[in-house]
Amino acid sequence: MDWVNSITQGILVGGLYAMFAAGLSLIFGVMRLVNIAHGDLVVLAAYLALVVTTTLGLDPLTSLLIIVPLMALIGYALQRFLLNRTLGDDLLPPLLVTFGLSVILQNGLMEIFTPDSRKLQAGAIETATLTLSSDLSLGILPLLQFGVAVAIIGGLQLLSYRTAWGRAFRATSDDQTTVQLVGVDPRHVFAMAMALSLAVIAVAGVFLAVRANFDPSMGPARLIFGFEAVIIGGLGNLWGTLAGGVILGVAQAIGAKIDPGWQLLAGHLVFLIVLAVRPEGFFPRVQH
Amino acid sequence: MRDPLLNVSQLASFYGDFQALFDVSLRVDEGEVVAIIGANGAGKSTLLKTIAGLIAARPDAVTFAGSPIGGVPAHHLLRQGIALVPEGRRLFSSLSVEENLQIGGAYSRKGPWSLERVYQLFPILRERRHQASTSLSGGQQQMVAIGRALMSNPRLLLCDEISLGLAPIIVREIYERLPQITGDGMSLIIVEQDVVQALKASRRVYCLQEGRVTLEGESQSISREAIASAYFGS
Repeated sequence: MDWVNSITQGILVGGLYAMFAAGLSLIFGVMRLVNIAHGDLVVLAAYLALVVTTTLGLDPLTSLLIIVPLMALIGYALQRFLLNRTLGDDLLPPLLVTFGLSVILQNGLMEIFTPDSRKLQAGAIETATLTLSSDLSLGILPLLQFGVAVAIIGGLQLLSYRTAWGRAFRATSDDQTTVQLVGVDPRHVFAMAMALSLAVIAVAGVFLAVRANFDPSMGPARLIFGFEAVIIGGLGNLWGTLAGGVILGVAQAIGAKIDPGWQLLAGHLVFLIVLAVRPEGFFPRVQH
Repeated sequence: MRDPLLNVSQLASFYGDFQALFDVSLRVDEGEVVAIIGANGAGKSTLLKTIAGLIAARPDAVTFAGSPIGGVPAHHLLRQGIALVPEGRRLFSSLSVEENLQIGGAYSRKGPWSLERVYQLFPILRERRHQASTSLSGGQQQMVAIGRALMSNPRLLLCDEISLGLAPIIVREIYERLPQITGDGMSLIIVEQDVVQALKASRRVYCLQEGRVTLEGESQSISREAIASAYFGS
């Protein structure tokens, strides 16, 4: 029963990894930009939530009403005024600039908030559980986190395939020049995609900060988890990304069960095995 | 005489350092069909791209409905009523046929063209509407490209080599639909290598050679000899 418990926790954590991954994969899909600062932006969202909850006395989940639009705004401005200037035929400039941004964010947060680890207090919901049997009980918070991850993935899927904005995203990804002929400004589309990516990051950041301690240096590891979930699931498939996050979460849970020191290693090993055996991931996008 | 809808005067266009157009002047009246012919590399596509806003130009080198539009980006010009059917069709490959048409109408002006009207013009597209645009034949893809441009309800439609790579029977079929497109007073510029087709479909014709206008005249009365010498130089 212990194992069932561990694996269930792993699945639920997978939802968080899928949230890290969804924003990453959206940006790569629309503009072929690999955002190295993605994980640090997750941590930035966590600290913004810390400031908002402590100064306004809001609980963390309510603070999302402020953090999500704020991060979206930051994302739009970041893309419009900085990252759009780096895009071109060469993949290197956006990589270098987002890498630089990652360094700036880590050190900036360290300067302002010190390297001490922090946590958001969500109150009673943190310890509330749903008891399924005498051996298996699920935390309400991890369940909520997983439900939100599924809702975000489903929402992004609907947006991509059922709305005018989704069409603009996909068309811009196909052909940046020709979209201008149908009235679309690719610079605006890129900025909207980044805004959306950072809105998802905001949710991920707040859940991360409620679930565990966070500090300014933990961004890069979140970036890696996001990458791994995307690759395991298969590039360009959002439900695959959720599955990738779950596989990663479960692998880490099983590793930790065997030996606590093996938690991260087990996740990376599963990622490497998938990369070696199925480099296109489990659910690559099918061309219709 | 009324002001023309489009007026190009002494236009010079560049691809990087390479000058593709020299001192090009032409006009298109409201509701008129104008053909631009010329050999490969004569600058026809460059001219259309410049008018559509994909290539920068001196502001007053191009005026549309009385306002200077040289250098205005393409996504703004679409809203003002200039749409381009690009050479090689350039459909969005991850969008279905219907989505390609829908995105064409996303920033539409008011006008007669709608999804329904495009399907009436090209009924085969209705049958294929949920298919990937890349799964269509060349002729059907060209219909999607034309339909996508029409969805924006342009005042001026620019067609770049719509016969390129298509069987003659398909080309004839597409050209037979042109009167239905211009029927509501839309102006049209067609760029063609197929001179006979171009002359048949247009009221006036310009011939470009090495980036310069070498001939201008009424399509029905212009002589073969004049075209031959304008086309190839003499």
